[in-house]
Amino acid sequence: MVNSRELIQILTEINKKLAENKEYLTQLDSAIGDADHGINMSKGFKAVVDRISQMQDKDCGSILKTTGMTLVSTVGGASGPLYGTAFMRAGQVVGSKTELNFDDFVSLLEAALEGIKLRGKAQKGEKTIVDSLEPAVEAIKEHKKQGEAIALKRAVEAAKEGMEYTKKIIARKGRASYLGERSLGHQDPGATSCYLMLKTMVDWITENKGL
Amino acid sequence: MVGILLVSHSSKIAQGTLELVEQMTKGKVRIDIAAGTADNRLGTDAGMIKQKIEKIHSGDGVLVLVDLGSAVMSTELAIEKLDESLRSTTLIADAPFVEGAVVAALEASFGKSLEEVKKLTEDVKKYSKLG
Repeated sequence: MVNSRELIQILTEINKKLAENKEYLTQLDSAIGDADHGINMSKGFKAVVDRISQMQDKDCGSILKTTGMTLVSTVGGASGPLYGTAFMRAGQVVGSKTELNFDDFVSLLEAALEGIKLRGKAQKGEKTIVDSLEPAVEAIKEHKKQGEAIALKRAVEAAKEGMEYTKKIIARKGRASYLGERSLGHQDPGATSCYLMLKTMVDWITENKGL
Repeated sequence: MVGILLVSHSSKIAQGTLELVEQMTKGKVRIDIAAGTADNRLGTDAGMIKQKIEKIHSGDGVLVLVDLGSAVMSTELAIEKLDESLRSTTLIADAPFVEGAVVAALEASFGKSLEEVKKLTEDVKKYSKLG
């Protein structure tokens, strides 16, 4: 489905999308956090793209691990260790493969989710990245039998629903948790950046792999 | 001697705290800061934290004082990435940043063990400021 060169293209596309949404993510974060999520994520992914752009002949595991290592050192905010751990875990799961199939994609998303939950000591319903990522992982597994295209589409839809649901819940983790009930009504920036990344990945696969 | 690392989002917080600590310990303690990002934004950097732990670890251990949320996560990540020989003797103190840093540095200067320094630093939470 996706080889090393294409994985780099997907990560490059994610960098582009995060840069486009820099103001939007920062605006969400200024309502309930420290107003730096957009800036942090686009700084981090710009550094990722610089570091991986010449890794076409490396395996997918190395590319994902390098992505994670770069994020933990360049993002600055909580999303650094969280997404960093997610990408490092994903890299461990795919290991030395130079081409990822659909099942690998599912495994790496599962590993990423597990990594984020462990690092952030977070569960669904606490207004975090987990609220968009976990429904996406559940949906892709649930709809696998209906074919890759449908499963991927459902995953993005579930992530979007999860992201929107964060408006209705109180933050239990991170800087927003200090706001308590005042965090109600605001969409979580982490759940949003996670949705954007998932959507970008799936859109790229759908467009380029004729799904 | 146990080393003390101050991990903060802000280099000003960490430098100010270090200044306050050194007023009492006068250069006798292996203490350093890992604060802010490499490009001077507010934030924490797991790579920088790991390097600083390696720098101040003398074999007797390192106690890390952290400020908010991601300081904890970045430090946990940094510790996981340390060599086995340093990993088990690098601990995070569950303590207030400024008071914790003062107590940790003083106790380290008295030559206490890592476990003792950690316990005494965490005991800071029991103190009442208003007596």
